[in-house]
Amino acid sequence: MARLADWLRLAAMMFVSAVLAVATVPAVAGVDLPKLEMGKGEKCVEDTQYMRKNHMELLKHQRDDTMRKGIRTTKHSLKQCVECHASSKTGSVAASKEDFCMACHVYTSVKLDCWDCHATKPGVKQIRQGSSGQTSNARSLLTTSPLLASGMDGSKK
Amino acid sequence: MNDIVEKKVEERRNFMKTGAVVAAATVAPGALLYGVAHSRAPEEAASSSVRWGMLIDTSKCGDGCNDCVTACNTENGLSGETGPQDTQYIRKLDIKDLRNGRVHSLPMLCQHCENPPCVDVCPTGASMKRADGIVRVDQHICIGCRYCMMACPYKARSFVHEPLTDQNPEVPRGKGCVESCTFCVQRVDRDENPACVDACNSNGHMAMLFGDLNDPQSPIALALQSQPSTEVRADLGLNTGVRYQGI
Amino acid sequence: MANENCINQQDCKPIQFWTLLGLGGLVVLIALYAFFTLEHHGHVLTGMNNQIVWGLPHVFAVFLIVAASGVLNVASIGSVFGKKVYKARAPLSGMLALSMLAGGLAVLVLDLGRPDRLVVAMTYYNFKSIFAWNMIFYNGFFAIVGLYLITLMDRNLKSYSKTVGMIAFLWRIALTTATGSIFGFLVARVGYNSALMAPMFIIMSFAYGLAVFLLVQTAMYKWNNLALDERILIRMKNLLGVFIAASLYFTVVFHLTNLYFAKQWEFERFILLEGGFYTMVFWIGQIIIGGVLPLLLLFSPGARHSTGMVMLAALLVIVGGMSQMFVTIVGGQAFPLVMFPGYQESSTFYDGVINAYSPTIWEYMLGMGGVGIAFVLTVVAVRVFKFLPQDDFKALESDNA
Repeated sequence: MARLADWLRLAAMMFVSAVLAVATVPAVAGVDLPKLEMGKGEKCVEDTQYMRKNHMELLKHQRDDTMRKGIRTTKHSLKQCVECHASSKTGSVAASKEDFCMACHVYTSVKLDCWDCHATKPGVKQIRQGSSGQTSNARSLLTTSPLLASGMDGSKK
Repeated sequence: MNDIVEKKVEERRNFMKTGAVVAAATVAPGALLYGVAHSRAPEEAASSSVRWGMLIDTSKCGDGCNDCVTACNTENGLSGETGPQDTQYIRKLDIKDLRNGRVHSLPMLCQHCENPPCVDVCPTGASMKRADGIVRVDQHICIGCRYCMMACPYKARSFVHEPLTDQNPEVPRGKGCVESCTFCVQRVDRDENPACVDACNSNGHMAMLFGDLNDPQSPIALALQSQPSTEVRADLGLNTGVRYQGI
Repeated sequence: MANENCINQQDCKPIQFWTLLGLGGLVVLIALYAFFTLEHHGHVLTGMNNQIVWGLPHVFAVFLIVAASGVLNVASIGSVFGKKVYKARAPLSGMLALSMLAGGLAVLVLDLGRPDRLVVAMTYYNFKSIFAWNMIFYNGFFAIVGLYLITLMDRNLKSYSKTVGMIAFLWRIALTTATGSIFGFLVARVGYNSALMAPMFIIMSFAYGLAVFLLVQTAMYKWNNLALDERILIRMKNLLGVFIAASLYFTVVFHLTNLYFAKQWEFERFILLEGGFYTMVFWIGQIIIGGVLPLLLLFSPGARHSTGMVMLAALLVIVGGMSQMFVTIVGGQAFPLVMFPGYQESSTFYDGVINAYSPTIWEYMLGMGGVGIAFVLTVVAVRVFKFLPQDDFKALESDNA
């Protein structure tokens, strides 16, 4: 196969570059950036840029802490993330392309499999008593001390 | 003269009140802590000083009663269906002695063994035993090979055969992973009983007792010391956390 | 250059190659379709459930893996035990080992609940699990047998073939031991917990591997219009007969021992008498088709001259092998767990009942895909390299002397 003339190859390269450049300009200009609802409250538990870069690391470490060691602090808990970031429209973080997690992940084409197992909507907070009903199990807590209950605060007249 | 005496009495009274308040403030947390001694702060890891166990008195277990199963299904977001591919963490096992025809009923669940065969066989280490004795599947690294299901002598494990939605946020579960009873670890970590135990007790049957086997003063330890109990398949040497009475 | 190495080496017939490749490729594509369907919808589409957790795909996969390690034996007899007739067959044997292992492993991986986590399986190891050791053995097998093939086929490296052959032989013994121990280490189930599982798998691998080798060798000779020398045929068929007899021996010992223990009687009654389909597959599939008939064929007077009879015997051994895997893997799970000996158990979770299993079409598709992958790899390899055994009859005479 004969080699194409130099000028022809140069022209072809310039053409392809131009096409690619034109295609990326809107993206650079921010035309297609994900639109998403940021979430409840004033700010996240961490700084936004930090979260953007490191949320995966945080999730990975937290999941091992919680699963393997039973550490359940709320700051980096996935459940708490869902509580704040659930969309006001769908009530979920991953139901539609505008929901918090899906918006960026669809944009970057990074598939999420968290939501195969984890609930995408905040749960109904079930108020549970320490031990419902009578139990013979002494694990029920003393939530109030008998001494404090009688109001020893010097206010008796 | 009276003023000075009155003032002194006043001062003494104030001193006594302050002293009492200070004393109460010093002692009260101790009284509070006495009840809270077993609880673990959220940022604390589970420790092996505790070993969770369960004692089931099957003589109090009603034939046809399914309270523990229903409560478990509700708590963990299980469908409650009983098809061949449906998950069951706990089930009522009816046994009939072939020699004399005596029938009996008992709940069968993950026994949370000390030497769990399911943990031994898992190739990735997803099937794990937590420091406080709770045996469960780390569904982040479970590859769904089902070897642990082959290995369990109590058929405690289930495989999720189809995609799930609307999970309970406290009990994540999904397609392709293996799962089993976790002693309601989300409740245990909040110092509550597993749902089955609470349901059984709140409905008046009182057949199930849950607690810390390592605490010699806990009701379960006291019961195990004073009454006979058996381990299902004791011949396997697994030292199960669940013990039975009345079988 | 390629013409020299056609599947039909005398006169190159590319149409034959493309047809075979096309058929094999079609089977593989069907299996991939089955895989994507199962991955998307979940195992709800299979007949496997919480009672029968390992089914038809595992029967295919474990058979392919066991036969793969066994087919390497032919090369080992050459390199390790110095029999020159087998040395000529070593490259073909090594290649078949690799392609069949690839096929078996593919089915195993594709059947996982979360095959996207294969990387997790490669990086997180629980070394108490024999399954984890198997991951290392399987991957190492590819590397070692690949190296072995190079030393066999590269003129400059031929001197290393004996050493590498010995390593490959020992590695493959470890691999098959570990595969058998997957079942042997299961303390929970009546049908499995036995130290005999590992050596039984080793012996059966010898039989299944040699049977597959004979089939492939016979096909290759036929398609090249060559005739296998009778002396070689006799040696190999006798060897297959010995391996089949040894497998039967292990089976007898396994079941006899079980029959001796009162606690195993129920299981034995199930497999040997009352298991319905499983009993039929055991007696007719594993024992008669896989054992007795091939022995009769192989040691009949006509077999010395007839490659057809030997090929039929090899085919029967393979059917018997699949039957044995089915009885072992599925039969062992069909029998219920015994938690309360002497009691009849029943529950909503299928305790105490013989578990039913009817594989769905997806499982057949997936399982056959493993065979398809092995087939495609073999067809391509045989086209590209010189795998047809080149016999040196002078050496054969010196062997006999």
